[in-house]
Amino acid sequence: MNTTRRSLLRASLALPAAGLLTRPALAAEPFKVGFIYVAPIGDAGWTYQHELGRKALVAALGGAVTATYVENVPEEGADAERVIRKLAADGHKLIYTTSFGFMEPTLKVAKTSPKVKFAHCTGYKRAPNVSTYSARFYEGRYLTGLIAGRMTKTNVIGYVAAFPIPEVVQGINAVTLAARSVNPNVTVKVVFVSTWFDPGKERAAADTLISQGADVVMHHTDSSAVVQGAEEKGVWSFGYDSDMLRFGPKTNLTSVTMQWGDYYIAQTKDAIAGTWKSTDTWGGLKSGMVALGPFNKAVPDAVVAEVAAATAKIESGTLAPFSGPIKDQAGAVKVAAGASLGDGDILGMNWFTEGVQGKLG
Amino acid sequence: MHELEIAVAIVVATLRAATPLMLAGFGELVTERSGVLNLGVEGMMLMGASVGFIGTVATGSPIVGLVLAMLAGAALALVFAVLTLSLMANQVATGLALTIFGVGFSALIGVSWVGTPLQGLSTDIWPSLSTQAPIVQQLMLIDPLVWLAAILPFVAQRFLYRSRAGLVLRAVGESHDVAHALGYSVLRIRYFAVLFGGAMSGLAGAYLSLAYSPMWSENMVAGRGWIALALVVFSTWKPLWLALGSLLFGFVTIAQFQAEGLGLDLSPHLLAMLPYIATIIVLVLISRDATRLKLNAPAALGRPFHATA
Repeated sequence: MNTTRRSLLRASLALPAAGLLTRPALAAEPFKVGFIYVAPIGDAGWTYQHELGRKALVAALGGAVTATYVENVPEEGADAERVIRKLAADGHKLIYTTSFGFMEPTLKVAKTSPKVKFAHCTGYKRAPNVSTYSARFYEGRYLTGLIAGRMTKTNVIGYVAAFPIPEVVQGINAVTLAARSVNPNVTVKVVFVSTWFDPGKERAAADTLISQGADVVMHHTDSSAVVQGAEEKGVWSFGYDSDMLRFGPKTNLTSVTMQWGDYYIAQTKDAIAGTWKSTDTWGGLKSGMVALGPFNKAVPDAVVAEVAAATAKIESGTLAPFSGPIKDQAGAVKVAAGASLGDGDILGMNWFTEGVQGKLG
Repeated sequence: MHELEIAVAIVVATLRAATPLMLAGFGELVTERSGVLNLGVEGMMLMGASVGFIGTVATGSPIVGLVLAMLAGAALALVFAVLTLSLMANQVATGLALTIFGVGFSALIGVSWVGTPLQGLSTDIWPSLSTQAPIVQQLMLIDPLVWLAAILPFVAQRFLYRSRAGLVLRAVGESHDVAHALGYSVLRIRYFAVLFGGAMSGLAGAYLSLAYSPMWSENMVAGRGWIALALVVFSTWKPLWLALGSLLFGFVTIAQFQAEGLGLDLSPHLLAMLPYIATIIVLVLISRDATRLKLNAPAALGRPFHATA
């Protein structure tokens, strides 16, 4: 008894945001859904988009669910497991763990709480009660590449990237292929900052790329520093994760945004109906998981129309961003004409296409 | 012409990257020279970054913002001083707590300012910045805080080794008992040193949120406080070495970006390691000579002082 109480106490101490966990309602039990966020919600970014998804879920299902969240849960150490376990113990029947680093803690808790269902974002390990889900970010990137190719005058696109991992490489290649499909002279310069979040470094990297002639910059990091830096220097930029137009009202052309709401609604409905099954979901433009944000007025109508046409083709499956012929940096053919890359090859992408100036290792 | 542009860009970017490290580093160097180890630099920088940003946006004046940032850093340092100097709490533990507190508190007060746009300090001083030629634009990015950081090593050198006050400060850090016996008020001098360190950390944080990447975002200092602390040891508590260390650290970071942008055939992993490798190499070179390190470290560093007579 004593031990139990002490470990419960410890678990609640581990939650600086313990107050955010709502108490179980006594009357007409709604279905309890939990969310774990890796960062504070803020007003833009990865976690913010998951919070929008949670709000969409609550709006869609109303009193049938309660959706609680715990924010700022570190991926390292034992905190994540403790927080997930606490949510499971508190009667949450479906728990969304929204960062890659929660993969092992999620599986561990899933094993000891077989009646609770879990969905883990961006992971690759599943279990009978653990689903995985992620988005085809590269489809949105491809569309921004089309715009970038049309807008650049110097034919240099600067790309501030976090780490040379497949998810980042996919975006860089998609942008390059799209930009060169409308403007074959484009070069994409890549700078790795080796961090997901350091506004100072992200900004310094963007400044460097601009000083080297880039007149369009984009980023695959977590702050809006690149968009704000581009606004000050007067060069075009694209946002990522969230709509970032307000960080660069004059120069931010559009953003690649993640929309998780529909997935959360569908999964939760299945769980309530008892038809939930462990699945792997990799949604893109078609399912609405990836969408472009509002366009800047600076984007010409013809380009908007071109993007709309490409969007329709990707959604209908007639255009695959990674369709051949694709050569790598050394000029070797990676994808033959008429072929296109399968999901496995995309997920493990570890080479740059022709037109990228950067090194992977 | 193009080479000249890139060279100027590298020099300016290096100076800008080194500025926050120098400002915070000098504050900590003076603090440590008085015999107090304050590990709360990161927290004080974050307080300076958020208060400086809020103050500038709210009043429209970066000068007000910078002053408020220094006061915020000093206020946090005062908490540290009361706990460790008057109440003789453990300095290492208190300093760590100060950082944790600063991370959380700056995020709390700054939460509604995330995403507020602000023009950089240079654009504020030179409204015509974005219309100038690239090289002029680069030179205009050298704002007054960069100048301050550039002259600081010489001022600090003079203060520490050529002024009476500097001699007293060093005496307190070397042997507080002797300084006390000579009639100096050890605690008062240490209070001043800690407050100065806090104000400089606050200024360094405000440099990040007002000039380096003008924005407020939680935890935006991203470890620079810890690097400043390491640089103080790296410099063996000498101002000119500290300046050199900061410039070196700034340079390798910027050189990595430039090299990648120019498409030099170098591994990004290797380039990302460079600043840290450089720091380790210099630390090894310095600590090779144990007596020299011992001679330079303030002998009373981290030791609490209690006046017995």
